[in-house]
Amino acid sequence: MKPKSLVNIDDYSRDDILRIIETASKFKKHPDRSLLKGLVCGTLFFEPSTRTRLSFETAINRLEGRIIGFSDTATSSATKGESLKDTIMMVSNYTDIIIMRHHLEGSARYASEVSPVPIINAGDGSNQHPTQTMLDIFSIHETQQTLENLTITIVGDLKYGRAVHSLIEGLSHFNPTFNFVAPEEMKIPDKHKLYCDKKSIKYQEFADFSPESINSADILYMTRVQKERFTDLMEYEKVKNVYTLRNEMLKDSKPNLKVLHPLPRVKEIDQDVDNNPKAYYFEQARNGIYTRQAVICDLLNIDVD
Amino acid sequence: MGKELQVAALESGTAIDHIPSDQLFKVVKLLRLHELENSITIGNNFDSKKMGTKGIIKISGKFFEEDEINRIALVAPKVKLNIIKNYEVVEKRRVTLPDFLIGIVKCNNPKCITNNEPMPTRFDVVDKDRVLLQCHYCEIKINKEDIILSKSK
Repeated sequence: MKPKSLVNIDDYSRDDILRIIETASKFKKHPDRSLLKGLVCGTLFFEPSTRTRLSFETAINRLEGRIIGFSDTATSSATKGESLKDTIMMVSNYTDIIIMRHHLEGSARYASEVSPVPIINAGDGSNQHPTQTMLDIFSIHETQQTLENLTITIVGDLKYGRAVHSLIEGLSHFNPTFNFVAPEEMKIPDKHKLYCDKKSIKYQEFADFSPESINSADILYMTRVQKERFTDLMEYEKVKNVYTLRNEMLKDSKPNLKVLHPLPRVKEIDQDVDNNPKAYYFEQARNGIYTRQAVICDLLNIDVD
Repeated sequence: MGKELQVAALESGTAIDHIPSDQLFKVVKLLRLHELENSITIGNNFDSKKMGTKGIIKISGKFFEEDEINRIALVAPKVKLNIIKNYEVVEKRRVTLPDFLIGIVKCNNPKCITNNEPMPTRFDVVDKDRVLLQCHYCEIKINKEDIILSKSK
């Protein structure tokens, strides 16, 4: 059965993921359609996230849907002490679907339980951000023409990075091999390794951003090493440039390799990589629009030709 | 004091035996015994061959529902229950953790929605033997030794 809401990437089966990819490809060819005409979409951003909000709003605007909502809690009644449940109940009276971002973990799951209309989780604290994962997977599929048997090297903050765990879960249906490249303080947590073991997913860990980890990969997924995550700033100074991708490091990489990054990037990808045809992060961000169009239409049971 | 005597003293009700001494008052809390008006006998630090010391609770005229009593497995998985009618033990039961727990355990994640919204918590029991719980909302996993019980009503 198709999920009623999208809260966690785990809500999607292998078939769901493949169906969304297929629909998103149709939107990439023709993003402007009047599929949401007459519908109202709520975008409730209890926590600001300009990038994600603009992507969703563009997705809706290009399908001629209308949008109500707020972009931070200063303009919502949450500041007056209204419960999340009440806000959701109220907004669901006005809208056909709700897209929400909230700083509290589990907020989207709870909203999906009380809301009569579908909920899309656009990030709940450090927990889940499934449309980011879907656009990552769409970009992987688009550049590799398959999702099966790929080697994905994930670099940077593997401990706190929300995108990382979801990506592992989303790709778990397709027999991936992972290379985890991270400094000691940001190593992939045991629970993710246990998850891989349980699903018989192959992985290797690297402390160095070595040529081996790059040259064996089909996808190089870079993430941001955030200064505020370090308890020891000396440690941060030591590692901050070690995990930076430079253009010359791609010279022996596979011809089909593509470099992805959930953005925003700071120093982890050098500007000189941008002109390499293997750099795909800006196109990846653009794919967010088509993926979100696909997710919205899927939840509203709108057929896409 | 022999076991028979303790159990036989109850005309009708539930006797919970083999409670680890350090978990006795958690069991009291989990069963919300303070909300009951039945006569209750609570004993602790009795000698036990198997356990060193143990606690015993006897509740007169009370028969628990399965999901109520199974909560005890969170803190005392090896307790023995005797259901007593007319001074006779009519049923002996063990407890097993249910598949999920609603409103019983507090989430340890301060950023979890359940700690910020007037709503009951919900935990899935991921591993019954190791007592590993996962918050249905924020998805954090909690080990047995980190379990904090929700404040009762």
